Amino acid sequence: MTGRWLVRGARPLGGAPADILIDGTVIAEVSRSARDRGPAGSGPVKVLDADGLIALPGLVDLHTHLREPGREDAETVASGTAAAALGGFTAVHAMANTEPTADTAGVVEQVWRLGIQAGHCDVRPVGAVTAGLGGTQLAELGAMADSAARVRVFSDDGRCVADATLMRRALEYVKAFDGIIAQHAQEPRLTEGAQLNEGAMSARLGLAGWPAVAEEAIIARDCLLAAHVGSALHICHVSTAGSVEIIRWAKSKGWWVTAEVTPHHLLLTDELAAGYDPVFKVNPPLRTADDVAALRAGLADGTIDCVATDHAPHPAEYKETEWSVASFGMTGLETALRAVHEAMVGTGLLDWAQVADRMSTRPAAIGRLDGHGRGVEAGAPANLVLYDPAHVAAVDPAATASRSRNTPFAGMKLPGRVVATFLRGTPTVLDGRLAS
Amino acid sequence: MKRHLISAADLSLDDAVAILDTAEELARLAERPIPKLPTLRGRTVVNLFYEDSTRTRISFEAAAKRLSADVINFSAKGSSVAKGESLKDTALTLQAMGADAVVIRHSASGAPHRLAGWVRGSVINAGDGTHEHPTQALLDAFTIRRRLGRLDGLKVAIVGDILHSRVARSNVWLLRTLGAEVTLVAPPTLVPVAVGTWPCSVSYDLSAVLPGSDVVMMLRVQHERMTDAYFPSVREYSRRYGLDTDRMALLPDHAIVMHPGPMNRGVEIAADVADSVRSTIVEQVTNGVSVRMAVLYLLLGGAPEAGGPQGRGSQEGRDGGERVLARAAAGHAAGRGTEAGL
Repeated sequence: MTGRWLVRGARPLGGAPADILIDGTVIAEVSRSARDRGPAGSGPVKVLDADGLIALPGLVDLHTHLREPGREDAETVASGTAAAALGGFTAVHAMANTEPTADTAGVVEQVWRLGIQAGHCDVRPVGAVTAGLGGTQLAELGAMADSAARVRVFSDDGRCVADATLMRRALEYVKAFDGIIAQHAQEPRLTEGAQLNEGAMSARLGLAGWPAVAEEAIIARDCLLAAHVGSALHICHVSTAGSVEIIRWAKSKGWWVTAEVTPHHLLLTDELAAGYDPVFKVNPPLRTADDVAALRAGLADGTIDCVATDHAPHPAEYKETEWSVASFGMTGLETALRAVHEAMVGTGLLDWAQVADRMSTRPAAIGRLDGHGRGVEAGAPANLVLYDPAHVAAVDPAATASRSRNTPFAGMKLPGRVVATFLRGTPTVLDGRLAS
Repeated sequence: MKRHLISAADLSLDDAVAILDTAEELARLAERPIPKLPTLRGRTVVNLFYEDSTRTRISFEAAAKRLSADVINFSAKGSSVAKGESLKDTALTLQAMGADAVVIRHSASGAPHRLAGWVRGSVINAGDGTHEHPTQALLDAFTIRRRLGRLDGLKVAIVGDILHSRVARSNVWLLRTLGAEVTLVAPPTLVPVAVGTWPCSVSYDLSAVLPGSDVVMMLRVQHERMTDAYFPSVREYSRRYGLDTDRMALLPDHAIVMHPGPMNRGVEIAADVADSVRSTIVEQVTNGVSVRMAVLYLLLGGAPEAGGPQGRGSQEGRDGGERVLARAAAGHAAGRGTEAGL
């Protein structure tokens, strides 16, 4: 399908309408007159009428659970990346907590190759920090970095690298190959058996509390460690107002700290747990309205660098249970842009250019990912998403490319619709459907 | 009343009073030569117990049988994808068997909420994790009202492991609804950090609270709390938060001492206190059957075809107890053809 495309009348970054000419794998021209002059060069041009649609650079997710290898009943690289494309993503970072763990060059190369085979978006494997996510011994970080998958982001996500010395060593070690440690900040002793944000809801519902301090204490410690050794630290799924404050302080010191927030933490609160439906069970847990407000403000002012989905698919039987035995996690790839639209654009906190920054440019930079996050401009790789901001529809869990349906937004009316996604000039999504 | 009894917080004042009034009438039944009513003939009540709790199960079983329901006891161990049949599949099985009510005891908070989404019958929470135990709170309220004649304006101290107590949670909501003033007494480690959002006050000093209390309710200290730094030692807990005879002497003369059982004698309550005239512990057990009969009676209503049980409960409760008994004794002849000839 690669060739030449003329995308007519789209609004790059939400600005004035323009025509976008895609030639091969790159954007050849962005102008108001491309349609008149016609494209340079030869060959047929496919035309996509994009009046009213917003054009953004292809989205980049720093935090995706693709479950393959090991839990193909929940998701595969092919199904997860299909969902990603439908959500406007052109690159995802596949978390390491697979079975076997992505802690060797062999496993990360497998995931990377599966991504190429599927072809829906680029897959950048995240390597485990510690062998088997065991938290005791470093995985072969250098081997993963040197592999064909070129791993740069390392994380034990799902578990915290709780040992301070091990965390320090990991932060130091990856400097040799421009790596970054992405920490799942959760002090383990403070969160044994934890089920829900510790507060009024957990007290009322009799669910073991997951206190904000368990996240904040690790973030504070790791910011200090990163500063001490001069390394890059990324904080996964920041969920509390206190965490935002600590990161703001660390950044004010000039320390090399970045952070992400999930769409669900920008939009949902722990009040949703009232009916004990585990579709709202996630780690870190949904917090309070005050936390949501602080996260939104942090994303708006740049304290939080980016949005990352923490797309965590689970088979139905892992959610159709009592709350305490249900798995943590929510799907999010297909709803991420819509949720950010609702939480950040609808509230006036971000414009579309800033959405492009938080969902494409910055995550690509944090992931050391060339070829993504470049903007809608001539010469950039033709990674694009066309988004209809006027559309409004309730989220239908059954209408997903993911193998799992555990979306917390089921039935919720959200704005927007991804109409088309281009990966290096090839449409992966057209008219809201997967392009074959 | 709603279709289910899952949380004491769901009960309006009318609902709660209706249950207590109905229980009062049904308690008289026990004094009859044949303490049994045909009200729930042909109805099936399932006791679904995921935790061992012989006393609660027997109480519900006795209540259902005195109302002539068919009782199925279903003991299940564990509930997860990894361990045996899931709660959902068990629920679908019970549904297929035609359970009119499911009484569930489960170690997971919220299990009754989940069950209610999978069965058509009424769900009665017989204790879920560290969430609630509404029939315990109802029998406690019933016991207090019988002993002290009222609930409105009474001062009730609930003492012990509030953080993990389903009895405390249900009592806080129910007693508040009934107009009592609740004070929770515990070491700070055993109170939820968000307890300030609850409709009650909190004290860390039992001796200071007792002189102003009409009721003191002692909670069992679970053994696992003793090893996880909630307090330094059992003896220290007992010294600071146990009710011994010296402390009991601080209570006003009319005050009563309650315990939901099973007790740790010598830990939260001294043997002499448990066996004293102030103690209602044995009465609580007796009253439990009457209160659970009232709950089953009002939820199942005896007449499923008359628009379902919703909304009937409080209405019947306001009928007055004698009419409840009279109608129950008649087997709802007018409403249920199958019973008309009995």
